[in-house]
Amino acid sequence: MEDFSLRHDARQPAGGARKMAIVGVVASGNLEVLVERVVPERECLVEIRTTAEGFGAVWNAVVADFVDRYSPGGLKFSINDGGARPDTVSLRLAQAVRLMEVEQ
Amino acid sequence: MTLDEILASMFPAGHDVKNDEGVVYGSGSLRSGGLALVVGVADRLPLGVDDAIILSAHVLRSIARDSGPILVVVDSDSQRMSKRDELLGLNEFLAHLGKCLIYADSHGRPTIGLLYGHTAAGAFLSTALATRVLVGLPGATPVVMDLPSMSKVTKLSLEVLEEKAKSTPVFAPGLENLAQTGAVHVIWDAGVPLVDQLETLLASLPDIDDGRGLLGKQRGGRPKAYEIAERVRGLGLQSR
Amino acid sequence: MSTTSMQAAIAPAALTSWYEASARTRVRLLLDPESFMEFVGPEKREVSPHLKVFDLPEQFDDGILVGHGSLGGSSVLIAAQEGSFMGGAFGEVHGAKLTGLLRAARDIGSMPVLILFDTGGVRLQEANAGELAIAEIMRAVIEARSAGAKVIGLIGGRAGCYGGGGLIAGCCSALAVSEQGRIAVSGPEVIETNRGVEEFDSRDRALVWRTMGGKHRRLLGAADAFVDDTIQAFRDAALVLLEQVGGFELSTLTNEQVRLEARLRDFGSCADAVDIWTAEGVADAGAVPALPVNQFIAVADHVRRISHDTR
Repeated sequence: MEDFSLRHDARQPAGGARKMAIVGVVASGNLEVLVERVVPERECLVEIRTTAEGFGAVWNAVVADFVDRYSPGGLKFSINDGGARPDTVSLRLAQAVRLMEVEQ
Repeated sequence: MTLDEILASMFPAGHDVKNDEGVVYGSGSLRSGGLALVVGVADRLPLGVDDAIILSAHVLRSIARDSGPILVVVDSDSQRMSKRDELLGLNEFLAHLGKCLIYADSHGRPTIGLLYGHTAAGAFLSTALATRVLVGLPGATPVVMDLPSMSKVTKLSLEVLEEKAKSTPVFAPGLENLAQTGAVHVIWDAGVPLVDQLETLLASLPDIDDGRGLLGKQRGGRPKAYEIAERVRGLGLQSR
Repeated sequence: MSTTSMQAAIAPAALTSWYEASARTRVRLLLDPESFMEFVGPEKREVSPHLKVFDLPEQFDDGILVGHGSLGGSSVLIAAQEGSFMGGAFGEVHGAKLTGLLRAARDIGSMPVLILFDTGGVRLQEANAGELAIAEIMRAVIEARSAGAKVIGLIGGRAGCYGGGGLIAGCCSALAVSEQGRIAVSGPEVIETNRGVEEFDSRDRALVWRTMGGKHRRLLGAADAFVDDTIQAFRDAALVLLEQVGGFELSTLTNEQVRLEARLRDFGSCADAVDIWTAEGVADAGAVPALPVNQFIAVADHVRRISHDTR
C-alpha cells in the first residue's frame, strides 16, 4: 500500500452546498472517493491510499488536470484505490464533484 | 479427553447420553439436582441436513417437556459439503438448529457449549456459537478457515501466514485465538473434575445479553466490534 | 461498472437492475425518496482494523451501510452489503454494524429491519472476528424477532448469500429472492475443492443456478417471494412481506421442524433440483430455468403456497 496527499490551489469554490458524498467501491481496478467540504474554499486536498505502488507521477498528473478542469475549491477528496486506471480515477473524481452540486 | 471421559467426569451421578454415529443426545444428572439435556456432534462428523434435523428435534421436544440447562458438546467437521445438502437447503437446517438453541436459552433453558474437539464454519455457528456460554477444553481445535486454504485464497505463503498469525490472532485457527475475540468464554482445566467446573459455571451463569463483544474488547481480540455495535444501536434508538 | 452512481440516481427503480446496482444505489431506490439516514457512515472512516496487516485496501464503510429510512411511509431500519468490496464478506466492523442495528430493532420492538444480503460469508483475513460476528447477528435477529420486529432479507446480488450469510438468512422472518439470488452454505468452489469435481462442478453454471439459485429456493419454500431483477420489484415484495409475516414463538420453530422434516422425507433421495421440481408437481420441470419471471411465479404459486409461520 502507498499513501500520499496532494494539495492544490483552486480558482474558485466548488458549486452546491452539500457537505459530503461518496462514489465508487474498492475493488480491483476500481476506487472509492469520499468528498467533504472541509478545507478553505480556495484550496483542494486529495488524499490517496492505493494498492498500486510507484504511480505517484500519474496521480499528480490526473489530479492536477482534474483541479484545473473543475476547480473544486473547499473540497477534500479521500481515495481508497484498488488499482484503478487513470481514466477511471478521473471519472470518479468528476462524479464526486457533481454529487456535491446535487440538492440534498 | 474423549466424549465418554468428558461425560463421566461431568455427570458422576450418571447419564444416558448416546453417540449415534456422531449425533449425540441424551441427558445427564446434575450434582446440584435435576437433569441437563445433552445434544451435540462427535467423532468429527460433518454436520448435514439429516443430522441437524435430529438435533433440533431433540431440543424442541425438550423445550416442551423438561427443565434445566442444555449442554451442546462439539467435536465436528465443518458443515457437510455436498450437492445433496445444499440442494435440500442446508442453510435452513443449520439456522433452524441455531434458532432452537437460542430460543431455548431465552426461555429458561440456559445453553452451554462444550467444545472438546474440532469444529469449523457452519457447524460451529449452528452449535457451539449458538449457545450462551462457550467452554473450551484444552486440546480443542476450532478453525474458521485452515491456513493452507487461506493461503490459497489470500495468495500469501503458508510461512507468511504463520508469521502473521503470531501477532494477529484475529484470523488464525485455535482455541486461544477464538477466546481472545470473545467467542470462547472460558477454558476449563482438564486436571480438575468437570463436574466441579460445570457446577461453578451453573451457579454463576452470565446474563442472557450477548456479552461476547465486550469480552472481545477486554481481551483485545476485537478492538472495534463492541463500540461500533453500541454506537449503531444508540443511533437506531434515536430514530424511534 | 457500466452503471455509474450518477445515472443510477436518475434512473427509476423499475429500470435499475438489483444485481448490477451498488449497495448505496439499492438503498436509495428501495426506500422512499431522500429518506435514508446512515449510521456511522463513510465520513466516520470506521475501517477494518485488520486489513492493513495483509496490506489490503480498506473501504470507508467496511462494505456495509446501515441506517434508518421510510418504506411506503413507515419507518424501517436497513442494512445493505456491498458485494463488490471483498465479496461482501463479514469482518469485525462490517458485522458489528449489523449487530448494532438489530439490537436497536430489538430494543424498539416494532420497527422492521430490511437486510440486503450480498455476501460470500466470513472475511478470511479476519476470520475469527467475522465468524463470531455472524453468531452475534444470528442471535440478534432472533432477539429482534422475539421482541416483535420483522426482519426481511432481500437477496439478488453479485456475491449471492453464502456461508454464514446463508445461516443469517435462515433466521429472517421472510426472504425475497431474484433468479440471481443464490443461497447456500458451501459455495460451488468450496464443494468442488473439498469433495472433487464429481461431487460438484463449479464451472457448470446451470448446475449452480438450479441448485442454489432463486427459482429453486422459491420452489423449495426456502424463500417466500420470487421477484424480477429490479429494485422496484424488491421494494414491492418487501412491502407485501411486511404485511404478511407473523411473529416468532415456539410454534414457529415446531412448524419449521415439521416443514423441514417433510422436505427430507419428500425430496431426500432426489439427485437434482429438476427431480425435486418434478416430485413437487411442476408439469415441465426441465423448462423451469428458462421460464420468464411472471410465468415462473404462476407455476411456483400453484405448486407451493408459502405459509408465513414456519420460519
